Amino acid sequence: MLQIYCPYCKEERPELEFRHAGEAHIARPADMKSISDEEFEGYFFIRSNPKGIAFERWRHVHGCGRFFNAARDTVSDKFITTYEAGEPKPDAAELAAKSGEADK
Amino acid sequence: MAEALAARPQYPLEGLVAGSAQVQITPAAPASRLALRARPDAVAPLSKALAVKLPQKPKTSARGTAAKTKSRQALWLGPDEWLVIDTDGADLMAACQPATGTFSAVDVSNRNTAIIVSGAAAEAVISSGCPQDLSLKAFPVGACARTLLGKTEIVLLREEEDVFRVECWRSFSAYAFAFLAEAARDPMV
Ligand SMILES: [Zn+2]
Repeated sequence: MLQIYCPYCKEERPELEFRHAGEAHIARPADMKSISDEEFEGYFFIRSNPKGIAFERWRHVHGCGRFFNAARDTVSDKFITTYEAGEPKPDAAELAAKSGEADK
Repeated sequence: MAEALAARPQYPLEGLVAGSAQVQITPAAPASRLALRARPDAVAPLSKALAVKLPQKPKTSARGTAAKTKSRQALWLGPDEWLVIDTDGADLMAACQPATGTFSAVDVSNRNTAIIVSGAAAEAVISSGCPQDLSLKAFPVGACARTLLGKTEIVLLREEEDVFRVECWRSFSAYAFAFLAEAARDPMV
C-alpha cells in the first residue's frame, strides 16, 4: 500500500486514510463581483493537470482530519513532498531535480 | 391512565460476545465522551479543568493522575482535536465549564460505543481490517489514532500490549463487532 507522510501526524500513514482534494494553491479572487466570466471560468474550472510534478491538496480524512498540500509526480505516482496548508509552494524544478537524484 | 414507562438507554452491542481461545471481543461498558476542539490558548486551562494533560504529540494519549480522574483519558486526534473518555461516566461537559480560551466541547457519549479486543491475537485481529502498522514499536501502549477498520472509521487506543479499545460510531458498531468476530475465527498471528 502507498504510504503518505502527513505533516500533522508527522509520520507515514496508509493511503486508505487519505482523500485527494483537487489542485493546490488556487487563490480565490479577492473581488469576485468584478471579474469577467472568462476569469471566473479560469479560477473555477481550469486546472493545470501537468504531466510531471503536480501540486495537490490532500486530506487525512480518516486520521487527523487536516488538509495539507503535496507535490506528486503524476508519471510515477510518487509523493515528492508534503507540507502544511498555508506554507509557500515549493519550486517544481528543484523538486524534480531532487526526486531525480533519489531515483538514481 | 397510561403507565409511564421507565426510559432505559439502549446499548447497541449489549449482551454480545465473540472470540476464541486467543482473543476476546466484548462490548465496553458505557462511558462519557467529549469531542474537544481547542485553540492553543485553551489547552492549558482545559487540561487543568479536566485534570488530564491534553497530549500535544500525534498518536499519543494521556490519563488523569488524580484519584478522581484515573478513569479519564485524552486521546490526540488532530493538532487541535481530542477525544476525552471517562469510563466512570463523569460529567465531562460540567468539568470543562471553568476553562477559559477558545474551544468547543461536544458531548458524544452516546454517539460512540466501544469494543474491547484483548488477548494474544488482539493485534492480529484488528490488523485484519486496519491498515496501520500495529506492531508495538509503531503503535506502543498508550498510542491512539483515528483510522479505519474495514469500511468504518474508528478511533483505536492500545490500552495494554494485548488490549485494544475500538471506539466507533454506534450506528456502525454492529458492523465493527461482526467484522472483529469474523476476523477472530482465523487470526493471522
Ligand atoms: Zn494526519
